[in-house]
Amino acid sequence: MKKRAFDITPGSCLAGKWNGHTYTIIKKLGSGACGIVFLCRSSQGDTYALKVGEDSSRMMMEVNMLKKFSKVQGAKLGPSFVDVDDWVSPDRKTHPFYVMEYIDGVPLKHFLKGKSKEWVGIIAIQLLSDLENLHNEGYVFGDLKTDNLLIGNSRVRWIDVGGVTATGRAIKEYTEFYDRGYWGRGSRKAEPTYDLFAVTMILLEMSYPKRFEKGNHPEKTLEAKLSASPLLKPYRKIIQQCWMGKIQDAAEMKNKFSSILLKRSGKRSSSRMQKRLTTQESDNVELAALSLMAGVVFGVSIFSFWI
Amino acid sequence: MKPGRLKQILLLTDGCSNHGEDPVVVAALARNQGVTVNVIGVLDDRQNSKPQGLDEVESIAEAGGGVSQIVYQKSLSQTVQMVTRQAMTQTIQGVVNKELQEILGKDQTIEELPPEQRGEVVEVVDELGESCDLEVLVLVDTSASMHHKLPTVKEALFDLSLSLNARSGSNQFSVFAFPDPKKTITKMVNWTPELGELHGIFSKLNSGGYTPTGPALKEALYAFAEKPLSDRMKDGEDPYEETGF
Repeated sequence: MKKRAFDITPGSCLAGKWNGHTYTIIKKLGSGACGIVFLCRSSQGDTYALKVGEDSSRMMMEVNMLKKFSKVQGAKLGPSFVDVDDWVSPDRKTHPFYVMEYIDGVPLKHFLKGKSKEWVGIIAIQLLSDLENLHNEGYVFGDLKTDNLLIGNSRVRWIDVGGVTATGRAIKEYTEFYDRGYWGRGSRKAEPTYDLFAVTMILLEMSYPKRFEKGNHPEKTLEAKLSASPLLKPYRKIIQQCWMGKIQDAAEMKNKFSSILLKRSGKRSSSRMQKRLTTQESDNVELAALSLMAGVVFGVSIFSFWI
Repeated sequence: MKPGRLKQILLLTDGCSNHGEDPVVVAALARNQGVTVNVIGVLDDRQNSKPQGLDEVESIAEAGGGVSQIVYQKSLSQTVQMVTRQAMTQTIQGVVNKELQEILGKDQTIEELPPEQRGEVVEVVDELGESCDLEVLVLVDTSASMHHKLPTVKEALFDLSLSLNARSGSNQFSVFAFPDPKKTITKMVNWTPELGELHGIFSKLNSGGYTPTGPALKEALYAFAEKPLSDRMKDGEDPYEETGF
């Protein structure tokens, strides 16, 4: 990354060259792939996240994505878009910036500390239902990784949609650990299954926070890491199915996670009872599990909307 | 706008040139011929300071209208595809800027458009990057200090092909190595749409004690011209052909 010539400190004021809106910087939130994100306050007193970058084209691509998803009705995919403009710094250089919804949350790693094991499955379901919505819109997330997620109000939120790609195009941005191409498990074409693979790697990372490299036999490495993880034992089969390309879409994978979570919570039913569940009944169970999960997710989103 | 054909030379090296003409001059020449030159300096994973002479990497790419990056071996794969993509976008943006200047007057570039229009132009650039045809000639420095890095290079080239072949535009790759005592550069892989498993590549290497980066670049430029006739005919219709900026 190039050194930035400009200096933005808390209290700095950024005025837009085109739209004329002014934002006061509160603090730095973090550095993204192509810029720095700050917490800021608008002249109306609202709090937003503001990203300043160098590469104007890349910033515009991100804005285009944010705008697209602000328009999607119902499900909220990524932060909503507020403003885009250029800021001329005191040294007369022009820096593109954009303003979006501020998502207050904690990184996945911190969130999972001290939580029960079931959260692994719940996070997976939340991710998959967002992906289901995104895929239905004709897009693939692309660079899906732990760094691009925050948990606010017990709900996963995407904070960086810079890698979102129209289905059928080439993935332009990826992180090796989450990339199926790196693991020899498929192409870098933007397909729903590309994101599903990344979800399994986010799950593996919960077990191996320091991640791991592919070694000489990538497929064997993955299998070995998966079987050595007690945390992922309940989901091992789903993850393997995903790797073998047997799961086609997010909804299907989500349902599989839902049914596992429901089975595990039914402590009273003995193994024999579970065996007796015929296919018909397990269908019903799956349906019940789904509606339960949907209820929970809906409840949480209403709750988060309220505050 | 019709997607055209972009041409790039990707130079992978780990040291400075010490023989023959100045590579920066050759890179500038390539740029004039419509061929972009990208350079990646490959460091050992344990190397902790930037060795002297690698500044050249940046100068060559700058003169060649391309992108440069100095990386550790372990991040080579991701860098190779990123540099190639960035250079593609850069070239396309250059062409688009030229068009904009013709329509809107001097000094008008994408950066200077109001955000709304900029957003639309960026979409067009992105679309062209997805659909244009691409030719990449990979030029690998195989001097003694590079030998143990070659397995990583091989992996990175396979990965590059994986990334670019996910696009809808077509790709052509070829791989050359240098130095070669007789011909300056040796053809390792002829023009091919896919760099699959590169078995046996880099197995027979001649390495002298010199690094003729400049002459090697020049030979690479000739290799572009020596492509089969059918390809050159197609190039004739290329709108990017005469864009020597």
